Amino acid sequence: MSITDKDVRHIAKLARLKVEDGEVEKLAGELGSILNYIQKLEELDVTGVEPTSHVLDLYSVTRADEAKPSLGTEKALANAPEAEHGHFKVPRVIE
Amino acid sequence: MNIINMTLKEMSAALQEKKLSSKELVSFYLDRIKKYDGDVQAFLHVNENAVKQAEEIDARRANGEALPALAGIPIALKDLIVTDDMPTTCSSRILKDFRAPYNATVTDLIKKEGMIVLGKLSMDEFAMGSSNETSYYKQTRNPWDLTRVPGGSSGGSAASVAAGLTPVALGSDTGGSIRQPASLCGVVGLKPTYGTVSRFGLIAFASSLDQIGTFSRTAEDGALVLSAIAGHDPKDSTSAPVAKKDYTAELTGDIKGLKIGIPTEFFAEGLDPVVKERVEAGIAKLKELGCEPVEISMPHTDYAVSVYYIIATAEASSNLARFDGVKYGYRAESENLYDMYTATRSEGFGPEVKRRIMLGTYVLSAGYYDAYYIKAQKVRTLIKQDFEKAFEKVDAIICPTSPSTAFKFGEKSSNPLEMYLSDIYTISLNLYGGCGLSVPCGFDNSDLPVGMQILGKYFEEGKIMNIAHAFQQASGVSTDVPEGFKG
Repeated sequence: MSITDKDVRHIAKLARLKVEDGEVEKLAGELGSILNYIQKLEELDVTGVEPTSHVLDLYSVTRADEAKPSLGTEKALANAPEAEHGHFKVPRVIE
Repeated sequence: MNIINMTLKEMSAALQEKKLSSKELVSFYLDRIKKYDGDVQAFLHVNENAVKQAEEIDARRANGEALPALAGIPIALKDLIVTDDMPTTCSSRILKDFRAPYNATVTDLIKKEGMIVLGKLSMDEFAMGSSNETSYYKQTRNPWDLTRVPGGSSGGSAASVAAGLTPVALGSDTGGSIRQPASLCGVVGLKPTYGTVSRFGLIAFASSLDQIGTFSRTAEDGALVLSAIAGHDPKDSTSAPVAKKDYTAELTGDIKGLKIGIPTEFFAEGLDPVVKERVEAGIAKLKELGCEPVEISMPHTDYAVSVYYIIATAEASSNLARFDGVKYGYRAESENLYDMYTATRSEGFGPEVKRRIMLGTYVLSAGYYDAYYIKAQKVRTLIKQDFEKAFEKVDAIICPTSPSTAFKFGEKSSNPLEMYLSDIYTISLNLYGGCGLSVPCGFDNSDLPVGMQILGKYFEEGKIMNIAHAFQQASGVSTDVPEGFKG
């Protein structure tokens, strides 16, 4: 399985990561060799096998719909890199 | 009083009989951290209020208050368990100076028990690594040989207990992150069954695999701490509906008649011959104690690493999307939002974390989801069935924890795949979801510890801890701190 430079740039974009030009080739090689190893799974026939996403028999866990105390604005914003008027502040979104 | 060799039970008795105060006990370990952590580099943060908190416990005891068994005893936490009175960094730049606005459920339970948190322990960044080398802040060293890695990702937890900087510690295990460092540092490391300990406030790596567990010198100490932290938590929807119980009740030391499965696939090519010899000697000892070894086969073992690196990275790529420079943590200033996201994440995450996010993003991306992610989940079912079939015949499975003893810094860090293969014997268990532990079973020719792994069915922690307990009582494998840490 080979990963192209174009693939690396595409994945990086999806993951919101910046990849410098000089890193692309190295990453393509590393990801390619891991994917090559992972290809091993192709040896197995899994027809009719159910996928496991979770090991315990727990489904749609709910609790009683009762109001409980929450963090509060001050605590929730305490770690924010930037906050204003009780909100998180981010750089401009719309040009 | 020789505190360093005391078990938690002995500490608890000495505290209750007022032969020892919590202040003395906490000060003893703080002094050791001061003296030795320059070498070991296990602590990212030391709790400056530890002595004061110990004094409070002593005062409550002096007032005649009935306190829980472990009140006044120190513990330290891997730095991905959130604490509202100390920083939590996950050893990542992106969480530099982060102070959580709440406590993890385990943090609250530890405090309710009256245990004193000595500080927060170094780890691989976001628990991604097997050597502690991916930490942004410091490389924890193995107390048995400071030129070698402590294992990972809970390397700081393992090394701090091994060096006697804390009597016990908590870590987390996603693919072996408790058992492998415990093996490399010569301590007992327990990964409970998935869902036994609440994950609320455990910063997530791979949510279907992560589980908090214990590091200790003895299985009994681990069982005591587990009794304090296990149990259902309404704040964690994946928490199992298990009742609180005393896990030490099952530590009878009697393991006669237990069937122990020896999987041929775990003793094949790639296993260091000395590790193999020590684990086989451990099995012989268990046989002497009345266990009946049974050869078993786990035919899908060879596929576990592949399945793991698809599922774990996929879940991680989703979990780590929350680190975007908006709500907490590091932010790289930029003109617009998109650039802020990418700059923040590129500067905030280290190379291994970025590699795994990219791998996870790839296997979940359009056109590859079925071929990788769904396929991996199906093979996960086959691996789970291997365990279920084995446990129809045996009570526990015995195998090596790690294919080798502690390796040198840099030995595997240049090749990600080679590093991934150092978890080859621990990963399957997380995919199945059962419990497992590593117990020291001897030393190699360079005096580095070797660990034996004991794997159990869902919620049979008591049984595997009892095997480890009986083994520790009978084997005579030392639980002492290494030379150089005895003063």
